[in-house]
Amino acid sequence: MTENGIGAAVRRKEDHRFITGKGQYVDDINRPNQLYAVILRSPLAHGKIKSLETDAAKAAPGVVAVFTGADMAAAGVGGLPCGWGITSSDGSPMAEPGHPPLAVDVVHHVGDQVAVVLAETKAAARDAVELIEVDYDDLPAVASLDAAGAEGAPLVWDDAPGNICFDWEIGDAAATDAAFAKAAQVVSIDIVNNRLIANAMEPRAAIGDYDSGKDEYTLFTTSQNPHVIRMLMGAFVLGIPEHKLRVVSPDVGGGFGSKIFHYAEEAIVTWASKQVDRPVKWTADRSESFISDAHGRDHVSHAELALSEDGEFLGLRVDTRANLGAYLSTFGPAVPTILYATLLAGTYKTPAIHARVRGMFTHTVPVDAYRGAGRPEASYLLERLVDRAAKVTGIDPIELRRRNFIKPDEFPYQTPVALEYDIGDYDAAVDKALELADYDNFAQRREESASRGKLRGVGIATYIEACGIAPSNVAGALGARAGLYEAGTVRVNPTGSVSVFTGSHSHGQGHETTFAQLVTEALGVDFDNVSIVHGDTAKVPFGMGTYGSRSAAVGGVALMNALEKIRTKSRKIAAHLLEASAEDIEFKDGKLTVVGTDRSVAFGDVAMAAYVPHNYPLDTLEPGLEETAFYDPKNFTFPAGCHICEVEIDPDTGVVDVVSFTAADDFGRIINPMIVEGQVHGGVTQGIGQALYEQCVYDDSGQLLSGSMMDYCLPRADNLPNFAVTTNVTPCTHNVLGVKGCGEAGAIGTPPAVINAVVNALSEYKIDDMPMPATPERVWQAIQSATN
Amino acid sequence: MTTKVSFTLNGEAVSAEVDSRTLLVEMIRENLGKTGTHVGCDTSQCGACVIHLDGRSVKSCTMLAVQAEGADVATIEGVATNGKLHPMQEAFREHHGLQCGYCTPGMIMSSLDLVKQNPDPDEKQIREWLEGNLCRCTGYQNIVRAVKAGAQAMRADD
Repeated sequence: MTENGIGAAVRRKEDHRFITGKGQYVDDINRPNQLYAVILRSPLAHGKIKSLETDAAKAAPGVVAVFTGADMAAAGVGGLPCGWGITSSDGSPMAEPGHPPLAVDVVHHVGDQVAVVLAETKAAARDAVELIEVDYDDLPAVASLDAAGAEGAPLVWDDAPGNICFDWEIGDAAATDAAFAKAAQVVSIDIVNNRLIANAMEPRAAIGDYDSGKDEYTLFTTSQNPHVIRMLMGAFVLGIPEHKLRVVSPDVGGGFGSKIFHYAEEAIVTWASKQVDRPVKWTADRSESFISDAHGRDHVSHAELALSEDGEFLGLRVDTRANLGAYLSTFGPAVPTILYATLLAGTYKTPAIHARVRGMFTHTVPVDAYRGAGRPEASYLLERLVDRAAKVTGIDPIELRRRNFIKPDEFPYQTPVALEYDIGDYDAAVDKALELADYDNFAQRREESASRGKLRGVGIATYIEACGIAPSNVAGALGARAGLYEAGTVRVNPTGSVSVFTGSHSHGQGHETTFAQLVTEALGVDFDNVSIVHGDTAKVPFGMGTYGSRSAAVGGVALMNALEKIRTKSRKIAAHLLEASAEDIEFKDGKLTVVGTDRSVAFGDVAMAAYVPHNYPLDTLEPGLEETAFYDPKNFTFPAGCHICEVEIDPDTGVVDVVSFTAADDFGRIINPMIVEGQVHGGVTQGIGQALYEQCVYDDSGQLLSGSMMDYCLPRADNLPNFAVTTNVTPCTHNVLGVKGCGEAGAIGTPPAVINAVVNALSEYKIDDMPMPATPERVWQAIQSATN
Repeated sequence: MTTKVSFTLNGEAVSAEVDSRTLLVEMIRENLGKTGTHVGCDTSQCGACVIHLDGRSVKSCTMLAVQAEGADVATIEGVATNGKLHPMQEAFREHHGLQCGYCTPGMIMSSLDLVKQNPDPDEKQIREWLEGNLCRCTGYQNIVRAVKAGAQAMRADD
């Protein structure tokens, strides 16, 4: 292993600025002469704007302008586009309502944008927003899937009858029916995947800066994918060509999916900046984030598993309703379909699967990808169902899983729900997890807990996920309206240092370190002589950004391909300098050597020769040493693993304490184990959050009751144990790095492991279900109901 | 109505004319240009804005700038001295106690106060102390390790 190369736990390059307070997040940026934007948001879930009076606000001290939806519409501003189209099983396209950045006539959820005030200070803008008078007709609203689907329910959109956006299916219904017809046993479950709010610690922010001299726009925004924002906002909303629009996403304080999407505020500040010819800055308050950041999850499902006499899975039937919110967010329709139902095979050889998914509109904030995005919903449903099957059949839950696993010699494995898994070893992950969790001695620990009056339970879950959505042509056939490749440029500077320009975006993942490790590995350049540039459309050739655990598996591979081009050209230059044939040049440890001789040239000298081409094959080779690669993967990658959770429950209070948590994950080859472990810790914590603490709650009228960090419970340091984390490696077969992705696994495998443990702990009460989050109140009530 | 507020920031005398409703964190970030102190919520829950006021950790979003008149204020920018990282900063880096970095200044400022009050905190004490600082990236495990190591390094330095 090269020091600081692939596999080394290199400490992070980016840390120095963050630990010294020198990070540059969007809200840390101030443009000369900037104005501050504050947005008036709808207090109603559904309402008709009868009148909107802005004169008093316009006249308020420090106010420069007030704009409404009518102003933007009159200027020809388009609606926020949806990036993924879903076709219903009857062949009809999904309902796709318009989504103006500022509402026109009707508001559709609490937090919907109504008007924007621009003022000299944020305080002045905030004061003036209070002076805008809106007279609404309060219209009936639907805030939940049940309400939206009820007979005669109010419609969110007139052209979406029954509030159905799409009614989609995947798999073979007839084969699945046949499997159920021959089943010895059928196990079913009704399951809710609770609605969540990502809550990245940095609230969203955006600065629009129009340069009237050049007729060019710059948008600074808290985005996970600045090029995607440039494409969506430029082409669909504001009609600005790419060469006139620069999008910069500098340091971004966490995303977890919520910063993938193109948001109204980005278009509002960019457009408004031109109207007033001054920079316009908007920063969300946290309360604003709760009602304007896309939410996650929110599924209600019924699932049935058909089993043979000896516990073989024969068929799986799933019916899911997914809440999409009031408008379609950028990838909203893809999450409960392509990213969810295709994962319902899990790690198992279920031969027949059919899933129906209805995407539904409600008068709530749009729902889109949140860490895991569809895959946690699939894993939770499947692993709860399998645990229930174990209980019904009397087969040990681990044995039942093992009996149905796809075995290592069965790859590549084509599932009945479209995916082809390339590689995996699920038994190995289970073995590792069981050992690390000291599973064999659980009974003793349960006894010890009982001696203290506590109920101890253990839960296991296996999971599979699909990362690095690809290839583009397949994704396109499935409804994607964008490509899903990644781009990377390697610029070797004349003195041999390296600047990398990557389309991936780091908002906590540590790409400045891991991508530099790839360069060090490939070129032998000192780690400190590599810098990674990302998040700026003016510097990076192109990029699809970071989400779906795709940075290493797609962006990293693009970078490797660009590095390979550099290596190839370097060999040619070295061959010239050494008067040898390029085929005879070995490039190793930063040195290019004629094989079998001691004649060599340092990589730095090759770089210098490329930029000062005095002794250089100019007739056959261009000067310079810079290469770009676009990489479109052949397939998804398929990280998988096994998570084991132990909980202790206090029956008197219902409090669930996670006392141990073990994760054995297969992420393929690992670039930086320290960073991977950190990703697992964070994912597991968000999974525990979903299972025990977090719940987005709307009342029946569509008011968000969990609208602050005092009402929405995020996991805190004293809620958690230390996690035991290990990996087993089966390298991905179709990318040069062998990597699969690690960012979401924790959030995918954890919730079912936790809830299986909770149910296991409550088994003496014959409780076989527990909704997420398993709050003390719910657990206590369940115990009371069971004992009274 | 504006008021002139003066205090010591990281050892230097500073002052600014601010609206009397200005929060201390707003004055630090916007009037004084020290953007290392972050705002992550508006309900005093997240701790991204923790600074030291007269030697004690406080959430700077939860007091007015005028309340800091004459005080000794320290922010993350003042923790390293003469370009040398403080042992607690080193420990966060060494133990991967940060990912996106947004909560980090608050975490470090809060941890420094903990160690001042309890030079050798155990894991449980660290977790309980930090329950007022939210992190959405790390799952806290490496933050706790970092604080423990930072405390140890600080004891060794004494």
